Order: sequence, then C-alpha cells, then structure tokens
Amino acid sequence: MSPSVPLQEMIRAIRSARTQCEERGVIQRECAAIRAQFRQSDNGGRSHNLAKLLYVHMLGYPAHFGQMECVRMIASPRYSEKRVGYLGAMMLLDEKQDASLLITNSIKNDLSHSNQYVQSLALCTLACMGSAEMCRDLAPEIDRLLRASNSYIKKKAALCAVHIVRKVHDLGELFAPAARSLLTEKNHGVLHGAVVLITELCERNPETLERFRKNVPDLVQIMKGLVISGYSPEHDVAGISDPFLQVRILRLLRILGRNNEAASDAMNDLLAQVATNTDSTKTVGNAVLYETVLTVLDIKSESGLRVLAVNILGRFLLNNDRNIRYIAMISLQKIVGTDHNAVQRHRGTIVDCLKDQDASVKRRALDLSLALVSASNIRSMMKELLLFLSSCPLELRSQAASGIFNAAERYAPSQRWHIDTILHVLTTAGGDVRDETVPNLIQLITNASELHCYTVHKLYRALLTDISQQSLVQVACWCIGEYGDLLLRGECQETEAVQVSEDDVLDALETVLQSHMSSPATRGFALTATMKLSTRITDNVDRIRSIVSIYGSCIDVELQQRAVEYNALFKKYDHMRAAVLERMPVIEKNSPGHTNGESTGEPVKDIQPAKVKQGGPLLPQQPANQVCDLLDLLGGSEEPLQPSPAVAGTAPGLPANTISQAGGDLLDLLGGLEPAPLAPAPAMPVYEKDGVTLTLSCEKQSDSGLTVTLTASNSTDSDISSFTLQAAVPKSVQLHMKAPSGDSLPARGAAKVTQMVVLNNPNKVNLKMRVRISYNSQGSAFQDTVQIDSFPGLSAAGH
Amino acid sequence: MMRFLLLFSRQGKLRLQKWFTPMAEREKKKIIRDMTTMVLARQPRSCNFLHWKDLKVIYKRYASLYFCLAVDNQENELLALEVIHRYVELLDKYFGNVCELDIIFNFEKAYFILDEFLMGGEIQETSKQMVNRSIEASDMLQEDDNSDWYEVELFG
Repeated sequence: MSPSVPLQEMIRAIRSARTQCEERGVIQRECAAIRAQFRQSDNGGRSHNLAKLLYVHMLGYPAHFGQMECVRMIASPRYSEKRVGYLGAMMLLDEKQDASLLITNSIKNDLSHSNQYVQSLALCTLACMGSAEMCRDLAPEIDRLLRASNSYIKKKAALCAVHIVRKVHDLGELFAPAARSLLTEKNHGVLHGAVVLITELCERNPETLERFRKNVPDLVQIMKGLVISGYSPEHDVAGISDPFLQVRILRLLRILGRNNEAASDAMNDLLAQVATNTDSTKTVGNAVLYETVLTVLDIKSESGLRVLAVNILGRFLLNNDRNIRYIAMISLQKIVGTDHNAVQRHRGTIVDCLKDQDASVKRRALDLSLALVSASNIRSMMKELLLFLSSCPLELRSQAASGIFNAAERYAPSQRWHIDTILHVLTTAGGDVRDETVPNLIQLITNASELHCYTVHKLYRALLTDISQQSLVQVACWCIGEYGDLLLRGECQETEAVQVSEDDVLDALETVLQSHMSSPATRGFALTATMKLSTRITDNVDRIRSIVSIYGSCIDVELQQRAVEYNALFKKYDHMRAAVLERMPVIEKNSPGHTNGESTGEPVKDIQPAKVKQGGPLLPQQPANQVCDLLDLLGGSEEPLQPSPAVAGTAPGLPANTISQAGGDLLDLLGGLEPAPLAPAPAMPVYEKDGVTLTLSCEKQSDSGLTVTLTASNSTDSDISSFTLQAAVPKSVQLHMKAPSGDSLPARGAAKVTQMVVLNNPNKVNLKMRVRISYNSQGSAFQDTVQIDSFPGLSAAGH
Repeated sequence: MMRFLLLFSRQGKLRLQKWFTPMAEREKKKIIRDMTTMVLARQPRSCNFLHWKDLKVIYKRYASLYFCLAVDNQENELLALEVIHRYVELLDKYFGNVCELDIIFNFEKAYFILDEFLMGGEIQETSKQMVNRSIEASDMLQEDDNSDWYEVELFG
C-alpha cells in the first residue's frame, strides 16, 4: 500500500485536483491508507491520520470508520492524541451514535486529571455532545469542579453545567447553590459562566427565579463596577469594559425584573446610568445600549426610563449603520402596541426608511408604518405609502397593497378619497392585490352614490390608458356597464368634462373583450357591461346586438353561455330586457355571497340547547371524536352508558369542530331522533367469533360524509351484557358515534344491537376503520379488535 | 444560545463547521447548503442579519471568507457581530495576519481556538489575552509529548 502522506501534503494534493473526479480519487486513496493505519498498532502518526480523516469529513465525505479510532485516541495518555481524539469525537460522534457511550469513562477519568488542559478537553467535549445519560452520570463531578478548582476550570465547568441543565432539567436544583457562590468571583470568565448558568436556571424554574431575585443588588453592583470603573486593558473593547459580560448581566436582570416591582426598582438607576453613559459610536456600545433598551421595555420600569429607551431607539433610526436601523425597527415594532404615542414621535424617520436601499430595512419600515397609521395622519401617511408602492420590490407589493387597503378602510376621511386611493393602488399594483378587492371596491362604489359620475369618468380614463391590470379593468367594466349613462352625459362636477360618444365606450369595451391580456373573468365582465349598456344608450343597440351574437359561438364556455342568454334576452324576452338590466341596488357589506363558510354554523348551535333540555344521561361523545389515530384506539374514552333516548346523546356531545360539517350533521341530528334505524344498504359481516357477529352497512350522505351502521348479534346460549363498540379512523377523517341501541345481546339472536357511526372524509383518504368490541359473557370480560378496510357501497378508494 | 457557526469561501466551500446542538448528518448538510445559498446571494451593502426558520442568522464577510453564526431568537444580534469579530481577532493573533489558507491548512488549530472561546453555544472567555495564553500553553503541552516524527513535520 502507498505510504500515507503528511496532513498538509494531503491537503495540497486534494486542492490541486482539477476535477471532482480527481479529488474523489485522491480522497479514496487517502482513506484507504488511513484505514490501514488505524488497523496497525500504536505508531507515531496516529493523531495525523485522524486529523486527515477529519479534513476529509469536512469536505463532505463519509468518515464513520474513524469513530472507534477517536475512542482509542481519547484513552491515550498522550496529550496530542487526546486533543485530536476529542476533536474527532465532537465532529464525528453525537449522542445518537453507539460509540459515544464508550467515551463516557474516558471523560470521567479526564475530568479528574492532574493537568487542567486535559480536564478542559473533557469538559469541552461533554458540553458539546454529552447525552442525557452521560450528563446524569457526570453531574456530581461537574458540581465538584464548580466549587473547588482554579478559575480556568470553573468557567468551563459552569458552561458544562448549563449544557447539563438543558439536557436534564431536574438537575438544575443541583447547581443552584454553586452558581450563587460563583457570583462573588472576580474572574470575568467565571463570572460570565455563572451569569449564563443562573439565567438558564431561572428560565426553567420559577422557584429558582424567586430565589435568585435576592441577588439583584449583587448583579447591579457588578454592572456598576464595569460601567464606571477605569480602563481595564484585558477586557476593553473600543472603550466599553467587557461588553459580553455587560450584555449577559442585563439579560439576567431583565428576567429577574419582569413582572416584579421591587426588583425593577432596584435596577432603575443602573439602567438609566448605562443608557446615558454608554458610548454609542461603535457597534459594541450599541450592542450594550440595545440590550439595555430591551431590558427597560420588558421590566416594570418607570415612565421616564421608558421614554429614554424609546428615544435611544429613535437615535438608532438615524444611525448610518444599516444594522442598527434594522434593529431599531424590530424593537419599535414590538412596542408599537403598548407605547404607541412614544413611537409616533419617530414616525417621520420611520417613513424615511421606506426609501432605504436594503430590502430587510424596507420590509420593517413598511410593517411599522402600517402600524402607525391613525386617523390624524392618514392623508400624509397614505401619500408616502402610495409613493412606496410605486417603487417597492416585488415581494413586498401585495403586503403593501393589502396594508394600504386596510388602513384606507379604517381611517378614510372621505369616500372620494377612499375611492381615489383604491384606484391609485389598482393602477400601480393591480396584479398583486387580493381577489376580494374587486367585489369590495364595487360595493364601496355603489355606496357612494353621489360619486358615481366622478368614479365612472375616472375609470373610463384609466381603461383607455392601460388594460393590463385585471382588477382595475374588471371594476372599470362593471362601472361603465352600470353608470354608462352618466358617462355619456359628459358633465361631471368633480372632474373636467370630456365628450364621450357611445362608439367610444363600445370601442373601449370591445378592446377589452378582444385583448389577449384579458383574463376570462375580465372578458365576462366586459360582455355583461356591453349588454347592460343596451338599455342605457340609444343609438348603437344594433352594434351591441352583433357583439353579443358573435360571442354566442365563443370557445370559452362561460362567455358562450352569457352571450347565448343575452341573445335570448334580445330576441324572445325583449320585453323583460329593461327590467333585467336596470340599475343595481346598493350592495350591503357581508352579504351571503361574501361569507360562504361560516353561515351554516348558527342553525346547528340553536338546536343544541333545546336538545340538552330533554334530559337523559349525557353520553360522552367527545372522546370518540378524538380517537382519530388508527393506532390510538383507547383515547381515554368511556363506553357509552345505558341506552338512553338517542336524542339527548348526540347534541350536547358535539364539539365545535364537527359543527363545521354543518349540512351533513344537521340531517343526522334529526335522523338520530328516531330509534336507531335498520341498516338500509346490504349488510356485510365484518366480525364473527365466539358466537358474536358484527355486520356493517353504509350509506353515503354527501360527497365526503358517510353513515356506517354496525349491527351486532349473539348466537351463543348465554346472554351478553355491557356490549360496547369503540371505533378509530385515520387521522384526517372525522368520526362521530351515535348512541347504541342498547348494550345487551340476549342469547340465540333474540335481539340485536345497532350503532350508527358518522364519518366525514374531506381529504378523500383511503377509508379504514378499526373497531374494538368489548363485552361480558358468563362472568368474564372479552375484548377483540377488527379492522375494516372496505366498505360496501364504496369504491376501493373510499370515495 | 448559539446554534452553529459556519465558515465558507465565496465559492461556497466549507472551511469550518461547529454545531452546538446534536443534529443528523443529513440535516447538517442541508443547513450548510441553505446557509451558503442564502448568504452568498446577499447584496454587498445589505444588513448583516437574516431570518431563517426560527433562528436569527448573523453573517459577516472578512476578505474571502464568510462567517455565519446562527442564534436563538432572543439573542442580541449586535453582540453576535462582536462575537464573530472577536473570533477573527483571535485567529489573527495566533496565525499573524490570518488568511483563508491558514485556516485551510491548520483547520484543527482553528477548532482549538474556537473551543477556548466558545463552549456549549455560549461565550466561555471574554478576555483575548486569556484565550491566547491557554492556546499557547496547550500547544506547548502538545509539543512536549510528541514524537520525533511530529517534530520533523513541523520544521520540515
């Protein structure tokens, strides 16, 4: 075999490979050599082989055969081998690999090694990939190190403890006392570790949080020391003394001061001091200020301090650094609900950020601007927002358009302004608006009756300029159809008069009809508008008649149907034409056409209370509904009780989600009133054992609804009592069990028990049902399960 | 806490990967692909912060290398920028005017330095000098108990 190449030469060889194929060749050769070397006993180059393997692994090639070598290297007495071995363990092993368990012992030994650098390797690896078992095993050792070792080890032990607490939450209690005592250390590394550990403990356990509140004065003291004290070269970053530690302490103070007056008071002064004294020319100072602002806004701070915090954010908005502007806007977004007035003061700056180059900043500015719109500033804000809309990036357009519509709807100062705004949006970004904009706008227009003339003139002019924006064209066609007579009259108070002849109008509509840019829906609008004009114009009715008859043979079915019907209106029903095509009444908001889904909810709810009054034991039907998972048959459900009148059972048990099934269920509720009906469709036996027979028949109620009737009978010589059925169905199917007709099956088939099950399969999945049968016979309990894969009367796919 | 730290070149070649939470290999590969695509697509003078799934991603370009750090949602992004900068300073001190080639040919040293600065997704040591001193001491310890063969490699 070829001799293995030293690490750096191997890297050079790989890098000089000109193609992927060549690289793979080099790596394959190297890996073979490495594997051979692993199999040999101890030689001087073991650490280099593993290092080579780790490099190969980083390039993305498989390296699992190195795992055992890592384990061996970790157990080696030589530091160089341990170092690479632990690195390999962190890169190649994780808690899911079996090999990771093998290093637990090595780690345990190394934790009490005489050399602190070996201890540190063990601590680092444990904190990186320690599994829950390893953590539990070694937690007492870590606690010992937290208390009695040098600061180099203490700081690592603290972070190791953090990892342990994250993996095994209960062990938090173990570390709390040690953590508290670490707060008195002077070493910044240890202090930082202690603060992180305490933060972790407090976040997980509210009682621990209570106890650590007593340490707020200590933390305040430490912070003061950092902020006020003189220049400390070791921890200084651009004039700030240990910003990393400062930020961590501020975060801990935030958690301790949240929802607690006393703690918040204790830190008030400090926060004010940090906010005013921190130098904000460099990023690092701003990082500390940012954390301070977040803390002030989250605890119960006094109002002066809050204003100070918001002002800092306002200053951030003016900063040249794009990152800081972005941060400011995110923070302002979080508080715009609670401190609305404070944020309003910075509205100007925020609106200016709409013109920023960066897409993330623009997005944040848009969100904030929309949140800041109010009745008093609607006109100026809308000007800015419309300006933004015309130049904003494509991905923000629909968000901007819907935001503008919402704002306009809530705060429009006048109807004309509202209509103008919507028209402006449609002309600039008509392709990105939602579908309901068109009916909403039409509804708005019909309501503004004095503006019909103005609106139709504006829309006509817009139509002449550009017919590519479908929403705009649709609204324009509709208006021209409705108010064509106003258009032709020529005069209009609000806009300059322009002479429009009937031919012009019909030309415009025909252009829309014939243009390849018009969608089928738009052409439908145009055709109907043309037809409506036949009662509003005088001279060119023949032209309309010819247009309509041409489209009687159009390929588009919808258009053809319309054209044929309009033709009929011209020919056979000409006497009705005027009445059919007259002016529409004002459209009400939220008419049935708008909300199709929710209206059926009401009637079902009305029936419920009435049914409850009819008394009878309440049957717990909810559990059956939750038993949707095929595998989870016993969702804690109880068997239905005595055979009560089927009435009372069904209604109260209906949880909210089945109400949406509305139509089908409504019918079934009424169907449940009679004693359980006999199975209408052919019954299919699905279970037969020990004399108990279960047959199934089903009846399709609707496209996705199905009623299954299970009939049980007993052919043995002894009676059966407490007979119950439970059912489970696949996840997306909804299940509702009605009350059974009874729970006892007398011997020799003297009587049967029937139970109806209502299924709803909206996703049309393969319908399966698992039924569990339980009963008592001759003093002993029986239980069995049967799975039903096909239902009589349904195709195999369960539709 | 920090979730992962990635270093990659402008061509998308990975130079260092440190994961602070356990993850399957396939997931790691996918994340690396996503990160490199996202970060390399950014405009030169845009914001250094990104949102990805439920994490914040802070990236910064130093010469030909992109440093990409993903943190939890409640972390301070500006401080994360400082963390990246601190790591670059440590590398610079150790290698002397560090460049991408140093990190390629001495990747294990880059990891050792990282392991003295960060641990378990948190900052371990806030003083530059302390980190440098620990690395130097560990290196000396390594030299002490090495074989002749290793010595040859270092100076050969």
